[in-house]
Amino acid sequence: MTTRDTDWDGVRLHVVTGKGGTGKTTVAGALALALASGGKKVLLMEVEGRQGIAQLFDVPPLPYAERRIAVAAGSRSGQGGDVFALVADPESALVEYLEMFYSLRHAGTAMTKLGVMDFATTIAPGLRDVLLTGKAAEAVRRKDASRAGGRTYDAVVMDAPPTGRIGRFLNVTAEVSGLAKVGPIRGHADSVQKVIRSPQTAVHFVTVLEEMPVQETLDGIAELRDLDGITPGGVIVNMARPLALPPDELVAAADGELDVDQLAVSLKAAGLDDSLGLAQGLATELSEQAKTALAQDVQLERLTAAGQPSYELPWISDGMDLAGLYRLAASLRSQGAA
Amino acid sequence: MANSRPPALDIDRLIDDRRNRILVCCGSGGVGKTTTAAAIGVRAAERGRHVVVLTVDPARRLAQSMGLTSLDNTPRLVAGVGSGDAARDGAADGGNEAGSGGSLHAMMLDMKRTFDEIVEAHADPDRAAQILANPFYQSLSSSFAGTQEYMAMEKLGQLRRADEWDLIVVDTPPSRSALDFLDAPQRLARFLDGRLLRLLVAPAKVGGRAYLRVLNAGFGVVTGVLTKILGTQVLRDVQTFVSALDTMFGGFRERADYTYQLLRAPGTEFLVVAAPEPDALREASYFVERLAEERMPLAGLVLNRVQRPPAAQLSAARSLAAAETLEASAAANGHPLAVAALRLHADRMQEAVAQRRVAEHFTAAHPLVPIVEVPAQPDDIHDLDGLRRIGQAFGSANP
Repeated sequence: MTTRDTDWDGVRLHVVTGKGGTGKTTVAGALALALASGGKKVLLMEVEGRQGIAQLFDVPPLPYAERRIAVAAGSRSGQGGDVFALVADPESALVEYLEMFYSLRHAGTAMTKLGVMDFATTIAPGLRDVLLTGKAAEAVRRKDASRAGGRTYDAVVMDAPPTGRIGRFLNVTAEVSGLAKVGPIRGHADSVQKVIRSPQTAVHFVTVLEEMPVQETLDGIAELRDLDGITPGGVIVNMARPLALPPDELVAAADGELDVDQLAVSLKAAGLDDSLGLAQGLATELSEQAKTALAQDVQLERLTAAGQPSYELPWISDGMDLAGLYRLAASLRSQGAA
Repeated sequence: MANSRPPALDIDRLIDDRRNRILVCCGSGGVGKTTTAAAIGVRAAERGRHVVVLTVDPARRLAQSMGLTSLDNTPRLVAGVGSGDAARDGAADGGNEAGSGGSLHAMMLDMKRTFDEIVEAHADPDRAAQILANPFYQSLSSSFAGTQEYMAMEKLGQLRRADEWDLIVVDTPPSRSALDFLDAPQRLARFLDGRLLRLLVAPAKVGGRAYLRVLNAGFGVVTGVLTKILGTQVLRDVQTFVSALDTMFGGFRERADYTYQLLRAPGTEFLVVAAPEPDALREASYFVERLAEERMPLAGLVLNRVQRPPAAQLSAARSLAAAETLEASAAANGHPLAVAALRLHADRMQEAVAQRRVAEHFTAAHPLVPIVEVPAQPDDIHDLDGLRRIGQAFGSANP
C-alpha cells in the first residue's frame, strides 16, 4: 500500500492561522479530518480557550484531555481515521509541566492563591506561548511503539492565534531569551523550537479575498520568512463563492452594462411577474457580484505573488455544519493539501 | 411575527444627544468594528460633534479612507469632515455638510508609547530611564496580551480628562474574545499591584497575620517554583522592575478602577458590533449579558454585512424554479444571463434567510436590545464617502 503524495508530506505539525472572521477554526477542523482519512490518527488542538472545536464538531465543551471527536471519511482502501481534540490552556499545561519535570503535584493550589498562576501564564511574557507550543511539540514527538511509524499521532493540527500574533507566538525563543538566558524554561523553549523550526512544521494561512485579511496574510508570511527556520505553508482561500457570470463579462457587468430589457424578456418567458422591475433588481445583483469578483481578483493576484501553494474552499451557503466540514475536508484532499 | 422584531437602534439620536461623551464599540474580531467606529466618527462630526476616534487596528486603508497617510498615537485632524474651525483649517474643499460646526480627529493606539508616557510622567528622569531599560518592562509593555487593553483604557481616560473633544469613539482591541477588554486591564492591574509582586520584592514588608500564614505555607514553595520555571535572573529583573515602580505609582489598580468607573458613568454608551454569523452573534450575546452584569449601559447592536438582495420580492425557491424552467425550455436559444442572475439571486436569498435565522436567535434571547442593520458592501471602503454610506445606513435604513 502506498501513500499518495501531498504537498505537505513529512509535515507533522500543521499550524493554522488567519485573521478573525476568516474561518480559521473551521479550516483547522477540516484539515484534521482530511489528514486523518485513510486510517491516520490526528490531534486537533485549540489554544485560545474559546471551545471553537466543540462548537464546530457539535460536541459538549472539551476538557484538557485528548478525546476522540470524529471519525474521518474512509479512503478507497476502506479505512477511516480518528480525529482527537485537545483544548490546551496554559494553566493546565503548566501544572502538567511541573508534575512531569519536578513532581510538584500540589504546587498548583498554593500558586493559584498567590496569583502565581496569573503571573506565570498570562503575564510572564512568552511563558504562556512556550507552554502552549510546548504541548503541541510534545504531542508531535510522543511515541507509541504499537503503531506503524512509532508515533502516537500521525499529525497534529493547531488552531493557532490570529495572523497578527502568529510570529510572536511561534518565535518563543526570542521572546523568552530576552528574559531567561539560562534556566529550565529556556531549555524547554529551545527544545520546542527544534520542532517548530524544522521541516516537520508548516504554518498555513486562512484568508478571504478582502483587502485587510490578505494584507495580514502577506505580512504574516513575510514575518515568518524573517524568522529563521519557520516554514510558511499553504494559503487557504476560504468561503470562495461561485461566479454567476463568465470572467470575460465581469468588467461590463460591474460597470452596469447589462441588457436589462433582454433579462426582462427572459424572466417573462420563465413566467415571472413584474419582469422589468425584477430584471432591474437582478441586474444590480449581478453588477454587485461582478464588482466584488473584480476586487477579489486583485487580492488573489497579491496572494499569488507571495509564491506559497494555495487552495480554495467553497462558501457553504446553507450554514456550516458537520456535513459541510466533511465537504471541506474532501476538497482539501482533492487539492493535495492533505 | 411582528412582536419578534427588535427595537430599532437609532445611532443618530445617540450621536445627537450631547450628554453622550464616550461610545465604546466592542465585538469579536473580523466583524467590521473599526470601520463602524470610523463611520460613526464621520457621521457625528458632520452632525456637529467634536469627535476623536481611538482605534487599535493598524489598518492602513482605514487611515487612508480618512485622508491620513497613517495613524499614530496623537489625534490627527481628518480634513473634509464637518466644518468647525479646526476642520476648516485642514480642509481646502470643505466637507459636504457645510455648517455642521463639527470636527473629526483620529488616532491609533501605540501601547508601548502609551505605557512609556505613563512611566515618564510619574517618575523622575533617572528612575524612568531605569524602568524603560528593564527587560521585564520591555516585554510587559510590548507583548503581554493584556497590555493593549489596559493601555486602550488608559488612553481613553487621558482623552476624557483632556476634555478637548465632546465625543470619544473607541474601537476595542481585536481580542480573542470580546470580553477580554473588560477583564485584561483588571488582571494586569491586579498583578502589578498585587501581593505576589510585593512578596517577591520584600516579603518582610507585607503585614497581616492571615497573610503570614499563607506566606509561611506557600511562599517558600512559590518562589521555589518560580525559580525553577524562570530561573533566578528573570526573578531579579522582575524585582528590580517592581521596586522601581513601587515608589512612583499611586497604584495601577486605582488607575484601572478609574477607567472602569468611567465606563459605568453616565455619558458612556456601549455598542456591540457583530456580523450575522453564529460565532459573532454568540460573542455578542456574551457581551450583552456581561454588560448587564456590570451595569454598563448598552445602546444596542450594530449588525454589519447584512445581505439585502435588491430583488428581495423573489424568493429563493421561485428563483431557482424559474432558472430551471428557462434551462429546460430553450436549449438552442438559451437565456444565459437570466439563468445566471436567477441562480445568483437564489444563493443570496438563501444567505439572507440564514442570516435572518441567526439574528432571530439573538433577538429571542435578548428581545430588548435595539438593533441597526448595515447592508453588506460590494467592495472595501476606500474613502470618506464609503464611511458616509455606512453612516447613512445607521441613520435611515433601519429595519
